[in-house]
Amino acid sequence: MHVTRGFTGRPRVPDAGLPPGQYDAKDDWPVLSAEVTPDLAPADWTFRIDGLVAEPHTWDWDAAHALPSSSYEGDIHCVTGWSKFGTRFGGVSLDAFLDVVRPHATATHAVAYAHTGYTANLPLADLRGGRAWIAFAYDGKPLPAEHGGPARLLVPHLYFWKSTKWIAGLHILDHDEPGFWERNGYHARGNPWEEQRYAGD
Amino acid sequence: MTEIVTVPTTAPRTVPAPFTPPTRFAVPGRIGVSEQAASMWQTATLTEIRRETPRVSTFRFAVPAWAGHLPGQHLMLRLTAEDGYVAQRHYSIASPPDDTGHIELTLDHVEDGEVSGWFHTVARPGDRIEVRGPLSGFFAWPGDRPALLIGAGSGVVPLMSMVRHRRARSLSVPVRLLVSARGPEDLIYARELGPETTPVFTRRAPAGVPVGRMAAAHVAPLLAEQPPGGWEAYVCGSNAFAEHASRLLVEAGQPVDRIRIERFG
Repeated sequence: MHVTRGFTGRPRVPDAGLPPGQYDAKDDWPVLSAEVTPDLAPADWTFRIDGLVAEPHTWDWDAAHALPSSSYEGDIHCVTGWSKFGTRFGGVSLDAFLDVVRPHATATHAVAYAHTGYTANLPLADLRGGRAWIAFAYDGKPLPAEHGGPARLLVPHLYFWKSTKWIAGLHILDHDEPGFWERNGYHARGNPWEEQRYAGD
Repeated sequence: MTEIVTVPTTAPRTVPAPFTPPTRFAVPGRIGVSEQAASMWQTATLTEIRRETPRVSTFRFAVPAWAGHLPGQHLMLRLTAEDGYVAQRHYSIASPPDDTGHIELTLDHVEDGEVSGWFHTVARPGDRIEVRGPLSGFFAWPGDRPALLIGAGSGVVPLMSMVRHRRARSLSVPVRLLVSARGPEDLIYARELGPETTPVFTRRAPAGVPVGRMAAAHVAPLLAEQPPGGWEAYVCGSNAFAEHASRLLVEAGQPVDRIRIERFG
């Protein structure tokens, strides 16, 4: 341990919900997208799942909203260091979409991609079992564009760069293919509880 | 030194082509950098503190094993308290790559900021902290393409690394810097800015200089004098500023896939 002379830090508030190296952003919700926020209307939004699946499928806004709604209430964690507690997202469980396309038994990973071309890779297991959503709403209101509206992927148990804004689709694969930040040195999985920030962590 | 690799449009023959999203590609391609240094924490020794503005100072460190960086990259820094409590932050690197074995960070004194507060009130030469990096190749500028740099407040920091790099290497590639500050006394690096720079003052300005927010009228002349091949635009600042500046660029005709944004947060 390399103690920094004279550094005390902010008062310790023991919080079991805070992963290692994170701080509580409280009311802030920083925006860190690397690209221009797209002007994407719900009527122009589509979501497609293809690749190693039995039946590739594309949903438009109404078709996606016709699926059973599901919400997430809990915490989110950004690789830059902030965590936000008690967020409330509304949308549809990703299981509902995956049940329609039926991934092959050989499928292991997915590339999530945005309408901007941004990508993030995820193990398929992290997208199933009630742990991932397509989110349309935050705090009961339409998801703001700068936070990925009209629709974003939500995978709150991983660092938030995996939760692709302006989600356009999932491409299902039998191997891992690095996405936008992963090609820029970030970790392939990004589990905040194991502090998997960068490749090699 | 870092190796510069732009993403190939075609994959090597023996490897299956990676998945490319069937979308209008708005995210600019990667500028590849070495990733070996990123996972290793190194000791950085503070050697000098220079006041830039009433709220901003530059901190110079000796990092003997620093692997080098590209202008625009950032690092992660950590401070450790006696009880083991650790605070980590990402900061843009202000110095150019050729400053062998040394790096400089320029930090705002954030109200109640536990890390910036330590730097501005406790730190003195000889203090040791830990850093890892350089990180991310997305906002990097290798000096290989005309660059239009737009920043506000301490958003000028990574852009200054680019301006300094161009000067240090006597590069002929065009660079323009449009920088927004509240007033002349808040303009970071004011003494260093040259003819490539246009300051925009939002609250107070010297006599005869207009006061106001960055506007289309500031961006239009820069896009009108576009070099062959066009500008690569780099925008850095708060999210509100980045949204505003990127909208001005898009409205002025800058392609979205040639706008790279670094937002603070």
